[in-house]
Amino acid sequence: MKFTPRRLAAALIAIPLLLATPAAAQIFNPESFVLPNGMQVVVIPNHRIPVVSHMVWYRVGAADEPAGKSGIAHLLEHLMFKGTEAVPPGEFSKIIARHGGRDNAFTSSDYTAYFQNVAKEHLELVMRMEADRIANLRLDPKDVHTERDVVLEERRSRTDNDPAALLSERSEAALYLNHPYRNPIIGWAVEIAKLDTEDAIDFYKKYYAPNNAILIVAGDITAKELKPLAEKYYGSLPPRDVPRRLRPQEPYPLTARRVELRHPDVRQPSWGRRFLAPSYSSGDTKYAYPLEVLSEVIGGSTTSRLYRKLVVEKELATAAGTFYDPSALDLSSFGVYASPRPGVAMDTLEQAMIAELDQIATGDVDGGEIERAKERLRANVAYARDSLQAGAYAFGVALTTGQSIEDVERWPERIAAVTIDQVREAARMVLKADQSVTSVLLPGKTEKVATPPQESANRAREVEALQ
Amino acid sequence: MNIVKMMGMAALLLAITVTPAGAVEVQRVVSDKGIVAWLVEDHTNPIISTSFAFRGGAIADPQNKAGTANMVSGLLDEGAGDMRSYEFQKALEDKAIRLSFDANRDTFSGNLRTLGENRDFAFDMLRLALTQPRLDSEPIERIRAQILAGLARELQDPNNVAGRKWMATAFPAHPYGTAVSGTPESVRSIDRKDLHGFIEGRFARDNLIIGVSGDITAEHLKPLLDKAFGQLPEKAAPLAVASTTPAAAGTLLVEHRDIPQSVVVFGKAGIARKDPDWYAAYIMNYILGGGGFNSRLMEQVREKRGLAYSVSTYLQPLDYGALMAGGVATQNDRVAQSIEVIREEWRRLREDGPTNEELNNAKTYLTGSFPLQLTSTNAIAGILVSIQLDELGIDYLDRRNGLIERVTLDDVKRVAQRLLDPAQLSWVVVGNPAGLTVN
Repeated sequence: MKFTPRRLAAALIAIPLLLATPAAAQIFNPESFVLPNGMQVVVIPNHRIPVVSHMVWYRVGAADEPAGKSGIAHLLEHLMFKGTEAVPPGEFSKIIARHGGRDNAFTSSDYTAYFQNVAKEHLELVMRMEADRIANLRLDPKDVHTERDVVLEERRSRTDNDPAALLSERSEAALYLNHPYRNPIIGWAVEIAKLDTEDAIDFYKKYYAPNNAILIVAGDITAKELKPLAEKYYGSLPPRDVPRRLRPQEPYPLTARRVELRHPDVRQPSWGRRFLAPSYSSGDTKYAYPLEVLSEVIGGSTTSRLYRKLVVEKELATAAGTFYDPSALDLSSFGVYASPRPGVAMDTLEQAMIAELDQIATGDVDGGEIERAKERLRANVAYARDSLQAGAYAFGVALTTGQSIEDVERWPERIAAVTIDQVREAARMVLKADQSVTSVLLPGKTEKVATPPQESANRAREVEALQ
Repeated sequence: MNIVKMMGMAALLLAITVTPAGAVEVQRVVSDKGIVAWLVEDHTNPIISTSFAFRGGAIADPQNKAGTANMVSGLLDEGAGDMRSYEFQKALEDKAIRLSFDANRDTFSGNLRTLGENRDFAFDMLRLALTQPRLDSEPIERIRAQILAGLARELQDPNNVAGRKWMATAFPAHPYGTAVSGTPESVRSIDRKDLHGFIEGRFARDNLIIGVSGDITAEHLKPLLDKAFGQLPEKAAPLAVASTTPAAAGTLLVEHRDIPQSVVVFGKAGIARKDPDWYAAYIMNYILGGGGFNSRLMEQVREKRGLAYSVSTYLQPLDYGALMAGGVATQNDRVAQSIEVIREEWRRLREDGPTNEELNNAKTYLTGSFPLQLTSTNAIAGILVSIQLDELGIDYLDRRNGLIERVTLDDVKRVAQRLLDPAQLSWVVVGNPAGLTVN
C-alpha cells in the first residue's frame, strides 16, 4: 500500500501543530484511555459530518527490522491485507469500499499505521476487521511472493527510476553510520528480493500486539461512545511481551562526507547537506523546538533567509530551503538544499550556500526574524483543525516516537517559549560542516544504475520458482 | 499539465456524489455589484476558504507562448499595488493568510484561506493580486528560471515524459498537445506584455466562478466579494478554441530511457461531462480501473500477477475534448505482459459487460463515500467551484445519488461497447521495454 518516508511524516506533524488563540489553549482536545490489555486509545471529536477516521498505529517501523531483513516492516504492511480466516486475501479493502469507505496503510522508520475513513454507522465493522487482523493473519506463500514483486515494482517507481530519490537514499546511508535509519524504509532491493513468509510472520508475531498498538479515532464520535466498542473488539486481544526498542546507536559524527551521483537522466542538478540533529526524544532534546524555529527562519518560506539570499539577491538558485523532522524516536537530521538556476555552475552555488551556512553556524541569526518565524509557525495551527485526519496523524506520530498527548497539545506554548539565544545556540551546535554529509546530483554518466534492481528482480522470480 | 496532475484533477471532478440530506446547505450569494458565489456556512473553526476559477486556462495562452497562464499563476503573489514581492508575501505570512493560484488546461484558478479576524485584509490582498499585479522584472526572471528548472526536472521524470509525449501525439495541432507549463523555448519567449494580455483577457466578471466555505454568513460575504472581485472588468475576451479528438489511435511509441522500470501511459477518446451516459461511464471506469483495489485492472495486474504497484484508468472530460486514459509501471522485461493484460481487460469488459455484483459494489462505494469529500472547508469550496464549472445546478448535491442509482446493467454494457475498444488505444512507453512491437 502506501509508504511514507520519514520526511513526509515530518510535514504531516508540522501541519497540525498550530493555533491562533492564546498559547494555553489546546489544539485538538482529545480524550484518551487505556484498555486493560495495554492498548492506548485516543479520541478526537469533530462533529462536522457523520464520518470517522479509524486508525491503528504500531510502535514498530523499518528501524526495528532484524539485520539483513530491510523492507520487512513495509512488506508486512502490504501483507496485512492478505487475509485471515474471517476475511479472505484481498477482501479487506473491498469490504471497506462496499461500505462507502476508503482504507490504506503506511510505514515509516518508527511506526506502521492502518486506517479506514468511513461513515460513522460502519465504525463497528472496521473495528471488528482491524482487531481480527491484529491476531489472526494467515499468509499463503504464493500471495507473499506476488506481493514481494509488487513491492519491488513500488521501489522501482519511487526510487530506482528517480535519480534524486536514489541520491537521497544513499545520502541517508552515509549520514547514519550505524543506526538503522541508514536503511531505506522500503528496503534495499537485494534484501527485499529474499524476504519470505517466515520473515513476515516472525516480525508480525514479535511486534503486532495490542499493547504495542494505539487506536486513534477522529470524527463524529466521543470517548463514551467508543469505549464499549474498543473494549469489545480490541480489549479481548491478549497482550504479549514485545521487545524494547533498543536499536544500534549512532557514533559521534567525526568526518565530513560527500555523496555525488552523476546520472544520465539528470536535467536539473541539485545540492544538499545533512547534519545529525536531536529530535524531541533523542540527543540534546532541548534543541528540538529551537531547531524547528531555526528551520523556519532560514528555510521555511520565500521570505526566509536562504531563499532571500540565494534565489532573490544573488540570483544563483531557483529553490533553497531546509528540512527538519523533530519527531524521530532516535537522532534526527537537519537538512538544507538548493537548486542552481539554469546556467549557474554547481561550484558557484555550493560556495555561496556554504558561505551562508557558515555564517548561520556562528549564531548569526536575526532576532526579529526569529520572532516572526515563531508567530508564523503558531498562526498556522488554526488550519490543522479544519482537517479530519491531521489530529489523528499528530497523535499517532507522537505516541509512536516517545512523545505524549500533552506534548502535542502544548506545542504552541513550547514554540512560544523558544528564545532568540536558544535558536542561535542550536544553530552553533548542529550546523557543523566538518561532520556533515554533502549530496550533489549532477548530469552525466555513471555505473549502469539500472543494473542492481534489475538483477534483484530476476532473483526474486528465481526464488519464487523454487517454492 | 502532466498526467499525474491530470489524474488529480479528474479525481476532484469525479469525486462529487451525494451528501446525506441536510448535511450541507448550499446558498447562492449575490453581492451588491452582482458578483455571484456559492456558500456553505461552517462555523466549526474560525476559518474561511474561498476557491475561484476563470474559464480559459492554458488553452488561452497566446500562439507559440505556451506556459503564459502558468507563469501568470506564479507571479500574482510576487508584488501588487505599492507592495513589492517581499512586502506582499511578508504581509500574507504575518497574518497566516494562504493565497495561491494555479493554471489548468481549461481554467485559471485561485484559493484564499484566512482566519475570520483577518478577512477584510485577506480579500483586499486578493483584490490587489487580481487587479494590480506589479509584474516587476526581478520576479519575472526569477519565476521564469524556476519554471525552466521545473521543466528540466520534468524531463528527468519518466512519468512526466510519458504523459507529455502521449498528449503531444494525441493532439499534434491543438493547445492540449502542449503541457500547461509550456516548453523551454516558449517559456523563454514570454514577455511582460503577454502576461498582462492574459490577465486582461481572462480575469473578468462574466468568466468568474466562486465557492466559499467556512466561518462567514452570506451578509458578511457580500462586501468581501465586491472588495476582491468588484473591480474586475465586465467581460472576458472571446475564447476561440476548436473541439478536438485524440489522434494516433492504435499506435505504440517507445521513448528509450535506461531505467529499470518502463512507465506506460495509454488512452483514447472519452465521454463528455454532459453526455447522457456520463454516469454509466463513470461506473464503468470504476469497475475497470478507477476503483483502486476493487478494479479489474488492479486485480489482474497487481493482485494476481504482481506486475505493478499501481495501475489505473480515469475519465477526463476536458472542455474541448474528452479522454479516457490510464497508466501502469512495470519492470522492463515484464511490461509487455502488463500491456497485454490491460488490453484483455478492456476487451473483456466491452464484450461481456460487468456483473450485477460489480455494478452494485460500484454504486454503494460511489454513493456512500461522498461525505469523505466534505471533511474540510477547503475541499467544500473546491467542490462548489467544480459543480458550477460543470453547470450541474445548485441542487446537484441532492440529486447526485439518484443519478448513480438509476444506472442499469444495460447502460454500463452500452457505454462499455462504445468506449472500451482496445484497438482505439494509443500507448506511450518510456523505459527500456523488452518484447514490444512498436508501430
